[in-house]
Amino acid sequence: MSKLYIARSPRVAARSLGGEMMIMSGRDSTLFTLNQTASILWRAADGFTPLEEIVQQKICSEFEVDPAEALQDAETLARELAGHQILQISEQPIPPPGASGEAR
Amino acid sequence: MPELTAEIDRLCLTIEIGEMPVRVHTTDPFFLNLLQDRYAGFVNSSEHAEIDLDVEIAPPGSGDPDAPVHVTCQRGRWTLQRGDFFAEWEPASRHGWIRQTANPYSIDAVLRIVHTLVLATEGGFLLHAASAIRNGKAFLFAGVSEAGKTTISRLAPPDVTLLTDEISYVRRQGIGYVAFGTPFTGELAKLGENVSAPIAALYLLAKGDENRIDSIAPGDAARSFLANVLFFAKDEELVQATFHSTFEFISRVPVFRLTFVPDARVWELIG
Repeated sequence: MSKLYIARSPRVAARSLGGEMMIMSGRDSTLFTLNQTASILWRAADGFTPLEEIVQQKICSEFEVDPAEALQDAETLARELAGHQILQISEQPIPPPGASGEAR
Repeated sequence: MPELTAEIDRLCLTIEIGEMPVRVHTTDPFFLNLLQDRYAGFVNSSEHAEIDLDVEIAPPGSGDPDAPVHVTCQRGRWTLQRGDFFAEWEPASRHGWIRQTANPYSIDAVLRIVHTLVLATEGGFLLHAASAIRNGKAFLFAGVSEAGKTTISRLAPPDVTLLTDEISYVRRQGIGYVAFGTPFTGELAKLGENVSAPIAALYLLAKGDENRIDSIAPGDAARSFLANVLFFAKDEELVQATFHSTFEFISRVPVFRLTFVPDARVWELIG
């Protein structure tokens, strides 16, 4: 199975407020509020850490979950976020853009 | 040629909202008079203008004001389009052009759009909110249609200065925010006073069976605020700027839920 890489889309604006990660699409102004798992993926989506490694380091260490099941769920979630153009997803490392959409 | 100079002077006026003077040029004296009436209290004859708009008057009957608004940018030039007007706006030269019939509604829409575009680059915005000044402080009352913006404006006691019952004008100044009066009216159909004050609080309106102020979670405040920001442009950079401006505002201005019954006692909680 090939590795999957995820990166934050540069075409969104993101802010963390009161423990919530909120993201707005620059394309159509749609507002998304990420749940805890999605927020973890978003923060860790640097484009060069494989999703599998993110799941092991950030999700399995935080929650009592089966690693294989967690990876499958994370992949589904990542594809869903990519469908909303919040995340970029690739089987190759994703080079960083000029600037990230997240201000803090 | 003094006559010509006099004629040119007569066919422009300056509409100053939010301390942003917009000089409107027209060759139509009827339209000029119409603007003077529509923006009474916000019109002056100042030589200084931050924005110049040339208005070309189209024949009567052209265009549908209920058509959707399209605001797009190409190579630094904005195009603003609705059934009843076509306009262009170039931020670099601070100059724009409008083609519309001789009515106040089309230019009103263009002014709102141009103001939102300028404010978005400065950390400010127009907000679906009534606003008023009491004891030197401004208070915003945000909500969608039927939320109670006009009602709370109508209930304001005499010591309250109404800035608007519909569209609040917010600019960032220093570490805080200032609300300005606007001529953009709702059901009250009464122009706001052309004054300003630092914003002390934003209230999200809700109608209920008692008057009550409740705290609100920051995330809920941001979502409600974003839902009430006027923004017309499909432009990624400005959308992102407005999004971040929202969070700056939320972090600096207290936001509460104001539940109220429609009587004047609600103002006992304000100020």
